[in-house]
Amino acid sequence: MTMRITRRELVQRGAAGVTILSLPGLLAACGGSSSGGGGSGELADVLRFSNWPLYIDYDEKTKKHPTLDQFTQKTGIKVDYFEDINDNASYFAKVQGPLSQGRGIDRDIFVFTDSSRYPQLLVSKEWVEPLDKDKIPNISNLIDAQKSPTFDPDRTYSLPWQSGMTGIAWNEDVTGPVTSIQQLLEDPKLKGKVTMLTEMADSMGLVMLDSGDDPSVVTDETFDKAIGRVQKAVDDGQIRRFTGNDYAQPLTKGDLAAAVAWSGDVVQLLASNPKLKWAIPEKGAMIWTDNMFVPLEGSSPTASTYMNFVYDPKIQAQIAAYVNYVPPVKGTREELAKTDPETAKNTLIFPSDEMLSEVHSFSGEALNNEDYIQKWQTVLGA
Amino acid sequence: MTFLHRHKWLTPYLLLLPGIAWLAVFFLVPLGFLGYQSLQSGSFESGYSFTWEFSNYWDAISTYNEQLIRSFLYAGIATVIALLVAYPLVYWIAFRGGRWKNLFLILIVAPLFVTYLVRTLAWLNILADEGPIVNTLKTLGILGSDGRLLATGFAVVAGITYNFLPFMALPLYVSLEQIDSRLLEAAEDLYASKRQAFLRVTLPLSAPGIVAGTLLTFIPAAGDFINAQLLGTPRQSMVGNVIQSKFLELIDYPAAASLSFILMALILAALLVYARAVGTERLTG
Repeated sequence: MTMRITRRELVQRGAAGVTILSLPGLLAACGGSSSGGGGSGELADVLRFSNWPLYIDYDEKTKKHPTLDQFTQKTGIKVDYFEDINDNASYFAKVQGPLSQGRGIDRDIFVFTDSSRYPQLLVSKEWVEPLDKDKIPNISNLIDAQKSPTFDPDRTYSLPWQSGMTGIAWNEDVTGPVTSIQQLLEDPKLKGKVTMLTEMADSMGLVMLDSGDDPSVVTDETFDKAIGRVQKAVDDGQIRRFTGNDYAQPLTKGDLAAAVAWSGDVVQLLASNPKLKWAIPEKGAMIWTDNMFVPLEGSSPTASTYMNFVYDPKIQAQIAAYVNYVPPVKGTREELAKTDPETAKNTLIFPSDEMLSEVHSFSGEALNNEDYIQKWQTVLGA
Repeated sequence: MTFLHRHKWLTPYLLLLPGIAWLAVFFLVPLGFLGYQSLQSGSFESGYSFTWEFSNYWDAISTYNEQLIRSFLYAGIATVIALLVAYPLVYWIAFRGGRWKNLFLILIVAPLFVTYLVRTLAWLNILADEGPIVNTLKTLGILGSDGRLLATGFAVVAGITYNFLPFMALPLYVSLEQIDSRLLEAAEDLYASKRQAFLRVTLPLSAPGIVAGTLLTFIPAAGDFINAQLLGTPRQSMVGNVIQSKFLELIDYPAAASLSFILMALILAALLVYARAVGTERLTG
């Protein structure tokens, strides 16, 4: 679907009842920057970094991003940080024009989620620059599970920014525990009071798991079976809507009883709404990862220098403490335990081994299957 | 100077030039490109090529006729409601507003100072399941105990009506404001009742405003997708939602372009029927 509303941004501000859209961010993005990427091997003076809103540490008092300042202090490289990615599809639509003509987009790093089709497209169309691995010794801190994704098996072009899990969130004021996707889709008590996510991988992955099928190996049969269940729930009026992270506000208000939801969002929401619960559904949850890439004509050495910086567990711990998603860097929990032991214990940020055994990822091949995408969009009403 | 003196007929064209150039660059060229794209075949991954693929159009109509019909239905209902709400409102401002006229007008326009998206999101609160409106309706027994307004066609039409109301109200106000009150006095002198004076004098004189207002409301409403997306469910999706999904999610530019052209053609056809019905002189005032 969708002019999807800002994903993580809406969570915090929207839940508070104040929905401010990041117009300044968008305007800043239009302005661009003239600093130009350096040639191969040369560091640029400025790193231009596009990311999702509220996805890096931020100091309310100084209005600054502490880790970005530390990076500048350490390397002398300034950072132009743009919070101009609100959803994968529209950001891709924005950048694909110049990239398809072999031109840069005045950025050195941008971020795409691996549960979308875009990481695969970027690599196969060669719209991204290879990383300068000599400048990333800290790559050894990359957690094992992330070493070899299907779209980039050797991590030639990409490194994870943060990961998150997709499961079920529910509001205890409205309903008892919602522990399975079957309950979400079929329990008459929840009729018209549940939402699913517009992202195919998130929603379909959970339904496939619930049907006992493996979402990392999608066949026509398993896909059709799952989509039939979702379509039925739409036709019966069980599913109220498909959302980006705009499920946050209605869920906290009680208009929704339960929603397919992202773990990090719920950690942020829990702070002000203790009645919210999030859990891995009985048959398992989905996991996704946002990946940093260097777009064409971006300065790979500069971007790689920055990636090396954030793969230092001390730096990663500062980011994790703020964004509440799952960090991809070994040793982050140990570092965080020194400064913020409470957060370090949170299993939504540092999932236990048991939880990790219950999370799955969606087939990269299926993500790019036009037929599947069309079928999914049809369920969404388009 | 002397050149223009000798070729006086050129002057109006020269004055038109900036406008025409603007339209050519920002409207005709993109439109031509869109038309070119709508006849392409292929996929984003393998690349699109121009093949006079007229089947894009038939496919789009046969697959999405439901959303097309719904778009025109919702836009039509919203336009009628907007007219019924706006007319008495601006009538009162124009004839009874006195020295507060401008203030009232600003109040009508004020919502436009806030972005479209935020205005629409506000309706999520107004129509919320536990909100005052739903609770009142439940108490009155109009809505069943498990009834709701959000995620229904009602919410979508309400959102569209609200969002485009100023575009109905402003042209209406302009045409009502211009009515010479002596004409109404004359009507009364000639023994017309209030009702007759309204039907025979005020209403016909405000017709250009009605026509302009309905067009300014109906045309953008038919292509809207925000309201259906935020306030509706998949069962309320409009053609704008389909176009948006084709462009952004499926990256199927030919399908999106052909649907855009179909929408444009249908709106144009509706416009022609409307113009015939009300007379073209009304369109130009």
